[in-house]
Amino acid sequence: MGDLVTISGNLLYAAFFIYLIATFFFAGTIRDKEKGKSRLAGNIGIGLTIIGFITQLGYFVTRWMASGHAPVSNLFEYTTFFGMMLVFAFIVLYFIYRVDLLGMFALPIALLLIAFASMFPTELSPLVPSLQSHWLYIHVTTASLGQGILAVSFVAGLIFLIRQVDQTKKSKHTFWLEFTIYVLVATVAFIILSSTFSAMNYETTFQAPVEGQEREITYEMPPLVGPANGELLTEGAMSPLLSAPEWMRGEDAAKKLNTFIWAILGGLVLYWATRLIIRKRIAAAIQPLLKRLNPELVDEVSYRAVAIGFPVFTLGALIFAMIWAQQAWDRFWGWDPKEVWALITFFFYAAYLHLRLSRGWQGMRSAWLTVGGFGIIMFNLIVVNLVISGLHSYA
Amino acid sequence: MKRITCECGHENPEGAVLCEACGKPIEENQHIDGNDDQKLLNMRYDGSARRSKTYNRTFVDKVWNFFSSVKVGVWLIVITVIASAVGTILPQEMYIPPNEDPAVHYRDQYGLFGQIYYQLGFHNLFSSWWYMILIAMIGISIVVASIDRFFPLYKVLKKQKPKRHETFMKKQRVFGKTEDESVDLELFKKNLRKQRFKVYEQDGHLLAEKNRFARWGPYVNHIGLIVFLLGSLLRFIPAFYIDDFVWVREGETKVISGTDGEYFIENKDFILETYDESDERFQQALLNQGGPVPKNFQTDAVIYKRSESSLPGQEPELEIVKEASAKMNKPIKFDEYALYQASYQLNEFSEMTFKVHDKDDEDTNYGEFTVDLSEPETVYELESGYRIEIQNYFPEYEFSNGEPVSVSRFPKNPAFVFQLYPPGESEPETSFLGIGANIDASGENEYKLGLVNFDVRDVTGLTVKKDYTLPIIAIGGAIFMIGVIQGMYWNHRRIWLQPKENGVWIAGHTNKNWFALRREIGKAIEGTNIQEPVDQYEMEK
Repeated sequence: MGDLVTISGNLLYAAFFIYLIATFFFAGTIRDKEKGKSRLAGNIGIGLTIIGFITQLGYFVTRWMASGHAPVSNLFEYTTFFGMMLVFAFIVLYFIYRVDLLGMFALPIALLLIAFASMFPTELSPLVPSLQSHWLYIHVTTASLGQGILAVSFVAGLIFLIRQVDQTKKSKHTFWLEFTIYVLVATVAFIILSSTFSAMNYETTFQAPVEGQEREITYEMPPLVGPANGELLTEGAMSPLLSAPEWMRGEDAAKKLNTFIWAILGGLVLYWATRLIIRKRIAAAIQPLLKRLNPELVDEVSYRAVAIGFPVFTLGALIFAMIWAQQAWDRFWGWDPKEVWALITFFFYAAYLHLRLSRGWQGMRSAWLTVGGFGIIMFNLIVVNLVISGLHSYA
Repeated sequence: MKRITCECGHENPEGAVLCEACGKPIEENQHIDGNDDQKLLNMRYDGSARRSKTYNRTFVDKVWNFFSSVKVGVWLIVITVIASAVGTILPQEMYIPPNEDPAVHYRDQYGLFGQIYYQLGFHNLFSSWWYMILIAMIGISIVVASIDRFFPLYKVLKKQKPKRHETFMKKQRVFGKTEDESVDLELFKKNLRKQRFKVYEQDGHLLAEKNRFARWGPYVNHIGLIVFLLGSLLRFIPAFYIDDFVWVREGETKVISGTDGEYFIENKDFILETYDESDERFQQALLNQGGPVPKNFQTDAVIYKRSESSLPGQEPELEIVKEASAKMNKPIKFDEYALYQASYQLNEFSEMTFKVHDKDDEDTNYGEFTVDLSEPETVYELESGYRIEIQNYFPEYEFSNGEPVSVSRFPKNPAFVFQLYPPGESEPETSFLGIGANIDASGENEYKLGLVNFDVRDVTGLTVKKDYTLPIIAIGGAIFMIGVIQGMYWNHRRIWLQPKENGVWIAGHTNKNWFALRREIGKAIEGTNIQEPVDQYEMEK
């Protein structure tokens, strides 16, 4: 058993690096001059992407064999799978439209997701009775595929915005575009900080009251914010600068707040360091690379992704979810936060389609909507799991 | 109704923006689709005459126009989205501990914010009247908007003719002129057919069309949504929907609530399995969990039906319907009912045996009595002449302000106030007895009661469901999926060709994916000497 888990882990690493290399090849297509000339870099890029995808599929299958259930049952497994579905959706859309530069953005987002996933506990976890159903595989994989396709629409939307937003003057567009990029940078910062501290085996332990009982809480990052009324147990550790507000009562609430603040600060440092070096907005620095790209084509890719992804998402995240909920909890709908946010996602993309089809929202406005939609998907994945807990909290 | 006759001879209904037959813009109606000063025609509903764009005088018109507006529909969605998001900030009432008063719970747990949340009714958002009204308005909007658009669009696509007006051609997004007399029309038609276009001809004018059915996708999916919503609405009618709950102790046979006394269940055994901590695969996770992880909840049960011959009031005669196990994800189904494993209670007290002894000497014994906790008697007469009365019984006691209270009806933590009458005495001694508590009320008691023995058993909690709305809701969902796939995975495409003195004009239209349309046109004109049309659309910045 142990061997399979190791093989599975190694396959995931391999897939990660293959995607990384593929990204560079896609980036190499920027230099491709006029069309009709060599498509070598792009072809190698997509070839590597497919190999990476197959490798990650190998991770998925071996992990399934090791645990006896489809590896989509905790936050690590789910987020990794989401990254894989994003790659799959990219491959599909690549073969419809053959936009090389899409890969230069889609793969890094997938890499970010996979790296982010591995910040959560990666051990095999047993299935509680309510998860022991074939619908676990059917519902979760379909929902994730839908989200992956919708994520590609975000990637294309982002490319569109970087290509089209006027960078000669400051505007709401430039601000929010930089903000979007900052959020991605903060995710990178979180991954760097989290892996650095974990490599250093950093730990600080507090004793603090949780629901009226004294508990030990272990921080894996230096405590900027300690638990409310907490007492530092680790000797020689840095004492927290601030204390979490009283109303944050959950067992790990203060710890999560601390991690969040680290990510925000780390993101700020990384973001402003980059800006100091390049001396302009990050989007402005990328813009010239995208000049050759036809914005209408990118807009269509983004829309096509929603058109393909919306039915898949509805089927997986709502309909299959309802069938399963009916079996497991005797009601197909229970207004659990995760369910509500899936419904919100559905409503949001339904609004997108109506605005686009009936009110002619194209280009810029439509691109911003895809950014918002991806925000909602990530909110449902991260915030709803870690902050608003319900029946679905895996981690 | 006023009719508008086009120069091509076709009679159009009032409110038509483009002639149904030839597509010529009808001058006085161009403002409707905002075509006035646009280079391109707005082709959204093919310039058909929609009621909402034609009449706006009476009250009915105004209501119709309100609900048929996509803008209004989107706003309704936006409001619903925001409300739903707010509804997830704090847990809904159904997820807070069942015996807590929500008024107190929200204030205590979440402070001022919790109190405001509760007072504004967000704790029960999804069954609040205004949330229901929002959903109902979305439902009405779906119906009205669909009717408003479907019929005109259906008619206009049915009546369209291959021969188009010049203005219509020129104002299409994809348009091109070819000045070349050697155009190979036969090859063009062949190429189109190869791409599964249907080609219609009229006086040398061509219309190639495919996937018109994709245009009906939105209306099909809207029908699905309405069926779904109606199905959910039917649940308010009791004949369609029963949702009840039954607790059954091990060894007990009990009527299944919600079945009008027709069915009974016997709980033979309740099983709770946990993961083996020595399981290699999950060792790390189990260690981190810091406690056992459940693997299976299961009730082994026998379902009985009251026999036809048993009379009301009599002890019912029961016939076995089936023996089955209810597990998570595997409900017991019988006739139109289903039983779901929903809850359990381990080690509930079933019996407790007490003895009477001297206060200072536990080894004395003046008699024993056994209390059946599901049906305690009020008086127990012991053979030795002692008499015990139960003055108060708390199935699950807690101290609240120094007074014992029961927080539930279930004997999870039972306690009693006993009154003990020694032989011949008329004044009782009062004592309070619970697990870990034995209190002498007056402090002057001579005797004491002690727990000698107890029995426990498991209790299973099953949801009882009868639901005739499920098939309707499922059909609604299926229709929705068919419609949404029909509308999203196929695209309606049309290509027009108009013969000119020294060449041809071609134009193309699709409801989405213009690059793909141009690619298809590109394939169709291969080798025909027709020049590639251009995309006249300029994206606004």
